[in-house]
Amino acid sequence: MARSVEREKRSKHLTEEWVGRVYTLICVGLLVLTIFSMVYFVASKGLSTFFKDGVNPIDLFTGVKWAPEGEPPLFGALPFIVGSFSTSILAALIAAPLGFCAAVFIVELMPKFGRKVLQPVIELLAGIPSVVYGFVGLSVIVPFFRDIFPGQGLGLAAGGVVLSIMILPTITTIATDALAALPAGLKEGSYALGSTRWQTIYRIVLPTTLPALLTGIVLGIARAFGEALAVQMVIGNAPHIPTSLFESASTLTSAITLSMGNTIMGTAHNNALWTLALILLTMTFVFVFIVRWLERRSKV
Amino acid sequence: MKKSLMFVMSIVLVFTLAACGGNNNSGTAGGNNSTNKGAAGTNEGAGTNTGTGNEGTDAGTELSGSYLATGSSALQPLVDQAAQMFMEKNSGVTIQVQGGGSGTGLAQVSEGQANIGNSDVFAEEKLDADKAAELKDHQVAVVAMAAVVNPEITVDNLTKQQLVDIFTGKITNWSEVGGADQKIVIVNRPASSGTRATFEKYALGTKAEDLQGMIQEDSSGTVKKLVGETPGAIGYLALSYLDDTVKTVKYEGVEATEENVANGTYPVWAYEHMYTKGEPDAALQAFLDYMVSDEVQNGVVVELGYIPVSKMQIVRDIDGNVTQK
Amino acid sequence: MKARTVDKIATGIIMAVAGFIILLLAGFLAYIIVRGFGHISYDFLTSPPQTFREGGGIGPQLFNSLFLLVLTMMITIPLGLGAGIYMSEYAKPGRLTDFIRLTVEVLSSFPSIVVGLFGLLVFVNVFGFGFSLFSGALALTVFNLPLMVRITEQGLRSVPREQKEASLALGISKWKTITSVMLPMAVPVILTGTILASGRVFGEAAALLFTAGMSSPRLDFGNWNPLDPTSPLNPFRPAETLAVHIWKINSEGIAPDARDIAAGASAVLVMTVLAFNLIARWLGRLVYRKFTSSR
Repeated sequence: MARSVEREKRSKHLTEEWVGRVYTLICVGLLVLTIFSMVYFVASKGLSTFFKDGVNPIDLFTGVKWAPEGEPPLFGALPFIVGSFSTSILAALIAAPLGFCAAVFIVELMPKFGRKVLQPVIELLAGIPSVVYGFVGLSVIVPFFRDIFPGQGLGLAAGGVVLSIMILPTITTIATDALAALPAGLKEGSYALGSTRWQTIYRIVLPTTLPALLTGIVLGIARAFGEALAVQMVIGNAPHIPTSLFESASTLTSAITLSMGNTIMGTAHNNALWTLALILLTMTFVFVFIVRWLERRSKV
Repeated sequence: MKKSLMFVMSIVLVFTLAACGGNNNSGTAGGNNSTNKGAAGTNEGAGTNTGTGNEGTDAGTELSGSYLATGSSALQPLVDQAAQMFMEKNSGVTIQVQGGGSGTGLAQVSEGQANIGNSDVFAEEKLDADKAAELKDHQVAVVAMAAVVNPEITVDNLTKQQLVDIFTGKITNWSEVGGADQKIVIVNRPASSGTRATFEKYALGTKAEDLQGMIQEDSSGTVKKLVGETPGAIGYLALSYLDDTVKTVKYEGVEATEENVANGTYPVWAYEHMYTKGEPDAALQAFLDYMVSDEVQNGVVVELGYIPVSKMQIVRDIDGNVTQK
Repeated sequence: MKARTVDKIATGIIMAVAGFIILLLAGFLAYIIVRGFGHISYDFLTSPPQTFREGGGIGPQLFNSLFLLVLTMMITIPLGLGAGIYMSEYAKPGRLTDFIRLTVEVLSSFPSIVVGLFGLLVFVNVFGFGFSLFSGALALTVFNLPLMVRITEQGLRSVPREQKEASLALGISKWKTITSVMLPMAVPVILTGTILASGRVFGEAAALLFTAGMSSPRLDFGNWNPLDPTSPLNPFRPAETLAVHIWKINSEGIAPDARDIAAGASAVLVMTVLAFNLIARWLGRLVYRKFTSSR
């Protein structure tokens, strides 16, 4: 009697175990499947530019003239690649020092105020929709730049500034975590030797947390690289490599949003846009690998 | 407890997926019903709305069905508004109007994903000839475009040659066309835009260049804002977007007005097309008829700043040949 | 005493920068809210938009955003919990697990526009869902899932080892231990994370342009049959969310008060995200306190 109950319990356990395992496995399977199908679909579309439409990959990556509706159509994507890199790096150049200062402020200078007020507000920035950034950028930053600098206000600089505000939370959060995780002994030792706070930050804190800080910066660049709508609204969208920061330019994402709806699936122009998407996808992988490499270094 | 919760969750998930699979079939059936004839055939696509379809106010005919119109974002407000009015009269009919661009609209109607493809351009200009031949053109309105400049610019007439020179970069200063000494800032559209195609075809007669430093925006609202704010800016807009934040310039001495378009003296305009694949069924035909009825043509069409097709004294074919009506 | 001076200058600079950031953020939020606040009224929040007349509202868009959020979460939560449980409890360290972890990381950093295009290709065209809430929800799931997995993992890891071992020692199966001992304890972390993720869904536009569509069909708010095309609950209708509406109205709006509507809608959007954040924090603290004091 007792034994059969025991056995029943056991088999119930086994079923339960089995259900749990299978269910979670299916979930993970779906996850992996999603990414594979994503790479497959985008790549099959993006590569057809080279295979079906006969565009030479070298021309695409080095060509500076983008005239997909021209005679003959030209697909030089270099202006977009340059535009994407320069806006996101510019954004990082602005946001990284700001983020580092904010982190030092939060961790070292005024932890109480920083943790209670500054940190939540910065994190809030991460949740603000990108269309709102674009809206503010177009109504505030662009007119401001137009009045102060030569040019029309739209351009790499406007894009970079809007993006820098968008990636500030990423960089600040990671920098704050890195600074807070620093062993207290390190800093105390430095203070005990008579160093000032700045000397400690500059000589001890900065070098030891550098890999983590870089991780934050790379993640920020990755986010800036993929941002679409906010950038498209303020960058001007001329398919050329600009000669100044205040001249209209394009990014990979802005080129896609601008023309995707107007072109027909399967045409050479449309396929070329998918190629741009494929470049974005590939860059995501590159960024993830850089981050992983940096994380491994920070552990050592 | 928690286990059952998980079960419920997974069951809900499976159910949702299954439901969507099933629904999807009927959904595409609704989307593909351009081959169906009459109201009975389209009822299936409409799913469960048979209950609401019994109050048709039109003389005796019971129209029903669920339709999707996609395409041109410029045409979307017009079709959307007309569809609302049509649906109020025919409660059995549901018409959904989507944006997405002329290219999307033409592609989707050609592949049967949508019943109507709204387009700013002739299907032949975007699709392959054999695909375009399957589509039936319904011209519902005329949209005229005008070159607009920043309000501070003193120039108020531009010839065709001057426009060509500006948009190909030969003229870069307003003083060369009789204005003040100021750099010209071009606000153009992307190469894929239907508005740009129209402007190039009928105002310039040639392709515009993508010049270094020019601004490109796809949306009329942004073009208007930028032209209005940027000193020395020039762009082009559909008449419906014009207001006093930008200055409209004459083309070859002709003002961009409804009469000038209708009698053929102002050439920069295009038809707004609604394409169907093959002959439309009864309900769809009724809607397309409604689009060109006086109620819509003299009402919404005018209100939205389009020019009614009925007012046009001339007809123009795809190659630009103009004939008197 | 040179080091002292440098220290003072550096401290000053950092303080100044922090002050600048605070001012910037405050100005940014104030700009959006002050500009749009005057336009928000009960009428604005409930009435449908007008294409070319004044006085349009954002009612259907607001509803669509919320409904899309619910749909997305209905798909994301079970999948994300499952995958998260697998990663933290079942996965054995090794090549395969490392690989899955990499996948999650890559998926979470995909640009939303690429996710949107993928959605257009697969959900809209291949699966044939068309421009619909459901396509939109699936696309959002794709980019929310990795976040959910990470949140679940974090939550489960925050459960003390002893609790888990005690439960296993009592002869309770692993699955039961996870679902009835560990998950309830992980709820605070998971809940907070989920709400924060919801804020992201609420404001997403790029991924939805090509999946959920840019128009809102006539909705009959008296009709709650989810299979009817005019019913607001039908997941297979195209739907424009608030974020997409802002984008559209900024670019194509021809209503005379388009700018005001965009400003008002932006303010509503930002305040909603703000509310999500505050609720997440408050809830997290509340549940945490409850857990720590009752034990």
